[in-house]
Amino acid sequence: MSTTSIMIVGVGGQGSLLASKLLGRLLMNEGYDVKVSEVHGMSQRGGSVVTYVRYGEKVYSPVIAKGEADFIVSFEKLEGARYVDCLKKGGKIIVNTQEVEPMPVIIGAAEYPHDILDEVQKNGADVDGIDALSMAIQAGSAKATNLVLMGRLAKYFGIEEEKWMTAIEQVVKPRFIDMNKKAFDLGFHYGE
Amino acid sequence: MKELMIGNAAFARGLYEAGCKIVSSYPGTPSTEITECAAEYDEMYCEWAPNEKVAMEVVFGASLQGARAFCGMKHVGLNVAADPLYTMSYTGVTGGVVIAVADDPGMHSSQNEQDSRHHAIAAKVPMLEPADSEEALNFVKKAFDLSEKFDTPFIVRMCTRIAHSQSLVELSEREERENIPYEKNPQKYIMVPANAKRRHPFVEERTKALTEFAETTELNTEEYGSEELGIITSGTCYQYVKEVYGDNVSILKLGMVNPLPVERIKKFASKVKRLVVIEELDPVIENHCKAIGVSVEGKELFTCIGEFSQAYIASVMGMPAKESISIETNVPVRPPVMCAGCPHRGMYYSLKKNNCTVIGDIGCYTLGSAAPLNAMDSTLCMGASISGIHGFNKASNGESANHTVAVIGDSTFMHSGMTGLVNIAYNNSASTVIILDNSITGMTGHQQNPTTGYNIKGDPAAAVNLEALCKAIGIKRVRVVDPYDLAACDTAIKEELAVDEPSVIISRRPCMLLKYVKVKSPVVVDPEKCKGCKKCMTLGCPSISIKDKKATIDATLCVGCDVCKQLCKFDAIESEER
Repeated sequence: MSTTSIMIVGVGGQGSLLASKLLGRLLMNEGYDVKVSEVHGMSQRGGSVVTYVRYGEKVYSPVIAKGEADFIVSFEKLEGARYVDCLKKGGKIIVNTQEVEPMPVIIGAAEYPHDILDEVQKNGADVDGIDALSMAIQAGSAKATNLVLMGRLAKYFGIEEEKWMTAIEQVVKPRFIDMNKKAFDLGFHYGE
Repeated sequence: MKELMIGNAAFARGLYEAGCKIVSSYPGTPSTEITECAAEYDEMYCEWAPNEKVAMEVVFGASLQGARAFCGMKHVGLNVAADPLYTMSYTGVTGGVVIAVADDPGMHSSQNEQDSRHHAIAAKVPMLEPADSEEALNFVKKAFDLSEKFDTPFIVRMCTRIAHSQSLVELSEREERENIPYEKNPQKYIMVPANAKRRHPFVEERTKALTEFAETTELNTEEYGSEELGIITSGTCYQYVKEVYGDNVSILKLGMVNPLPVERIKKFASKVKRLVVIEELDPVIENHCKAIGVSVEGKELFTCIGEFSQAYIASVMGMPAKESISIETNVPVRPPVMCAGCPHRGMYYSLKKNNCTVIGDIGCYTLGSAAPLNAMDSTLCMGASISGIHGFNKASNGESANHTVAVIGDSTFMHSGMTGLVNIAYNNSASTVIILDNSITGMTGHQQNPTTGYNIKGDPAAAVNLEALCKAIGIKRVRVVDPYDLAACDTAIKEELAVDEPSVIISRRPCMLLKYVKVKSPVVVDPEKCKGCKKCMTLGCPSISIKDKKATIDATLCVGCDVCKQLCKFDAIESEER
């Protein structure tokens, strides 16, 4: 089989680390070769963060380049648009529609492009925008936004829901498992 | 058992399995997690040293005692540790010595893009370069064996994409080792000229022996695919090459990047029609090939700047780009910023208000250079703020001293700021130094340091008293301010700049991301009182923005530091009831 590539993007501190950990665990459990790549350091300070997850029979490169991603999961609207050139034509982009203003917008040096997802959709991406933050709050904590988005990804992913649940149990601290499973469920079944 | 591990965690596992006993490092992205992960194994003694030179000398001593020892650092850290490295090359080792150096092509979190292979060549120390986590683990174990066999420290070169990429790793048990008994051996270990003169020929012979070893070792591998194209590569570039070509080209993968083989490269070259070297940063392998008379293509095709990727290699090699999606709308950049409630912010605001020239340093606080604070004039390397301000003020015959400060963090001050301060006191410039003491090593992700009172395990440890230290160095004017108190910052800056003698201001407040720091309730803006003057926006706090011409504060980010409240002339910012 060929390698499947998923990018997880967002703003430093939004919890993409747990999302990539969950995904890595799930794919490892499934017996795939997996590579997960992220950059630590500067980017943790509210900057733009990106994690690459790749799996298949044998994975070589840990990074995803232009036109290579099958999926992008974005924790924030602008960040989804920022990395859309990495998406394959027709690839799926799951976006938390929350807006987090970057410093140039805050200080008035730039404008936040509120309607940018329309353009992303129009130019060939399959956009699935959801209010993951609200669903996470509904599940018990804004911090569970990552699991809502993973639930949404699972819907298109072709691995049974119960296997995701096993992986959640393996990577989430015991006292947060129920809340995270609930968040995952809300994302998975949204709109049904 | 297979585990998914970042390269740095696999490296630490390699230390553990190899029976390494002593670990001493200074944090630096992307090397930090090696030592953090090593500290989770109780079988190894681990510590944060004040700087990389100290760490490497600790390792020298541990090896002399007969134990296997390790120190890890980022690429620029090896510059600091170069002094012991170059001579440890001469002394060789008793217990095996492995040194990790993590390069940062693309400068994700660094001030330069130097290629550490030059250090290995110049110090005549062998260097291995793994291409994934599994190799990181195995190469570390191999490096310890080879270190003892060839009587030399071994460097294992990591880079960001190996250090911070997770891949599957097969784990084994630890092999516990007894120390090799200590024996006094002055000819080997006292590097006075008479002895060093005898050791240098040994080093040259050793390099010859290691070159012989490189001719046959399994650390280097050949894969013969097509004879049309042969590629010589190493590390992460190997993965990109495989991604592009699969099994369709011939590849010489060099796991040992110093010294490089000669006959093996010639043999590989003879089997392919076109030979290309693909390496990030400098043309090290390429120059070696050319020096031994092998004709290769290299940097005339590939850049020596930044990171590579499979797409970059494919495009250079003339393959069509993959179809991708583009948008026309400008996506505003999202640079890293100082966190809401960052204790550095109040001090930077005060420096900007006083139109100070700021000689900066390396750490989270370098973010003070960004808009809207723009409160920094230079950043060079660890410690250069304090040494630099002295030169800056001497060169202006002291005229710049009344508006210039140096800023440096607590950990950076311990690393290499102290010696600069000794110079200020000893050679007397009326320089003003601000130690931004946030009680932690921040930028690399919260490591303890000699000022925090805790060691790497989180156990209580001796804490350096910065006030007493500065006074002992000879600085008479030492004062402490709370950077959340803007008036106090302003007064301290004005007074210390005015005096004609050296002074130190310790700006002290713990990083608000520390678990023990209790954050306060967020402040709120009263829209009735807010005039939309945007004074609060000059702080560059990510929790404050303007909506409908009034300031608004994001309650999920605000930690109630009250700095913005002190700025508001209209008392529009209020503390919320708890």
